[in-house]
Amino acid sequence: MSTTTRKAAPGSTDATSGDRLAGRTFTHQKPPRSHMLLTVLAWVVGLLFVLPVLWMVLTSFHSETDAATNPPSVFAPLSLEGYQTFFDANPWPPLLNSLTAAALSTVLVLVLAFPAGYALSIRPVKAWTDVLFFFLSTKMLPVVAGILPLYLFAQKAHLLDNIWWLIVLYTSMNLPIAIWMLRSFLAEVPVEMLEAAQVDGAGLARTLKDVIAPVVMPGIASAALICFIFSWNELLLARVLTSTVAATSPVFLTGFVTSQGLFLAKVCAASLVVSLPVLAAGFAAQDKLVQGLSMGAVK
Amino acid sequence: MATASAAGTNGATMRKAGDWARRAPLLPALIFVIAMTQLPFVATIVISFMNWNAYYPDERGFTGIDNYVSIFTDTNARSAVIVTIVLTTSVVLISLLLGLGIALLLDRKFRGRSAVRTMMITPFLIVPVAAALLWKHALYNPEYGLFNGILTWVFGEDAPQPDWISNTPLLAIIVAIVWQWTPFMMLILLAGLQSRPLDVIEAARIDGASTWQIFTNMTLPHLRQYIELAGLLGAIYVVQNFDHVFTITSGGLGTANLPYYIYQTFYTAQDYGRASAAGVVVVIGTIIIATAALRTAFSLFKEESR
Repeated sequence: MSTTTRKAAPGSTDATSGDRLAGRTFTHQKPPRSHMLLTVLAWVVGLLFVLPVLWMVLTSFHSETDAATNPPSVFAPLSLEGYQTFFDANPWPPLLNSLTAAALSTVLVLVLAFPAGYALSIRPVKAWTDVLFFFLSTKMLPVVAGILPLYLFAQKAHLLDNIWWLIVLYTSMNLPIAIWMLRSFLAEVPVEMLEAAQVDGAGLARTLKDVIAPVVMPGIASAALICFIFSWNELLLARVLTSTVAATSPVFLTGFVTSQGLFLAKVCAASLVVSLPVLAAGFAAQDKLVQGLSMGAVK
Repeated sequence: MATASAAGTNGATMRKAGDWARRAPLLPALIFVIAMTQLPFVATIVISFMNWNAYYPDERGFTGIDNYVSIFTDTNARSAVIVTIVLTTSVVLISLLLGLGIALLLDRKFRGRSAVRTMMITPFLIVPVAAALLWKHALYNPEYGLFNGILTWVFGEDAPQPDWISNTPLLAIIVAIVWQWTPFMMLILLAGLQSRPLDVIEAARIDGASTWQIFTNMTLPHLRQYIELAGLLGAIYVVQNFDHVFTITSGGLGTANLPYYIYQTFYTAQDYGRASAAGVVVVIGTIIIATAALRTAFSLFKEESR
């Protein structure tokens, strides 16, 4: 097996480079067989990775009895039973809590991160690299290292089961990522243009709007996307610090950890609904996702 | 003389004022982060030296290193340390290798490439608890899960119907996390592959270098920092994994990792002292990984600002 692929390799090299040249002159040659095999392999791997999600979607649209058969009934009639029982359980408060926590913490993160990024790039403070790496190091401090004092403080300050406490914690959780990202984008603002704006007597507001914003907007979008996703997904803090009033969607989902008879369609419907905002945002902004995940290191 | 020194102090105060003007935009974020991450950790260190169980509030007091001793003698705690190491290294290594392979597959022009890329990203966009529920109930379940369903399809009524989670609990968790993190690795490595200088590779090809030679001598060295970045960022997140362990096994069957152990010690057993000591141990462990991570980040960072 391995010898055949290795033998085929040099041949395929010439073929792919030939193919590339052919593409430029608009005369597409017939792709070689190894090329075809790799394409098929890529499709198979992609399908394997997406299969569990497709299965989740299909199961969520089956009735509970059809969802729990063995062998699985793929072509069973579609049903909204799972969604009905899920929405009968009133998932709106946790969904709204998640939206509030994710959206507000993202706004707070950006409000704090933008000036900080400015002070670490355009008009840098002394020892700005140390400060930058301090921020990064806090991201490596595991949540469990501080969760008990955060819980005890909330208990004393009557902040348990309060969505604002989660918002504050999610802000501190995501702030380092946003600062790193915004700094790397702000560092690309051309100095000459800043100086030109200053010579022209442009105020801070105009400089921000005309010179800085066009360069930094993509970075702000990436940071917002990734902060929103991480806050929306968070479970440990929400599980410990909220109970009934401020519980978020992941906490709501933990209600499905132990099996409860025929409930697979409901579990799949719930999991899909809770994941929908992340799926939609991630698909819409795939490139931003890469930037955000690598904290701006990959542009 | 007097005027000169006055001008001097004036200049110094002005410079000082300038320094503070530079620092001002930074301070809110800096103070906020210190207050929300460093102060709680200091409190954790203090509590780790205390005998403090919420069920016995009268016995609260300092006990020295008792909590640390009990952590290193407690079999559950030691097992949690081992599980954390096994879980993190296996997830990071497997998803890095898979991610590299898939990134190489996707770094070619072919029909439906963006569709395959989108399919590949999907697992990462499922909320972790939801993904863990999906694996636990819809895939692993011995009675109606998809895996045993496929076995029945293929082998008929007498097909083996293993109870995946009970038989191999840790592996079940590892596979579910690998499924979510492979796309992450793939995305970063694909970005790395696409930033290769294509003209140099083309030149090597014309000079007669084989695909394998190009891969080992040019692509891998170029990818090195991306592999390090992906691996270390992945490690930072996987080391803290709570969602999958909590959902798939609830920490049972010897799968409790340190985050789960701490959650249980503090939340269920209410043993604040011991939970804090475990937290400190996690941080020391993380510092070891983090030092490597920071070094990588720093080398990437220096290259970028060059």
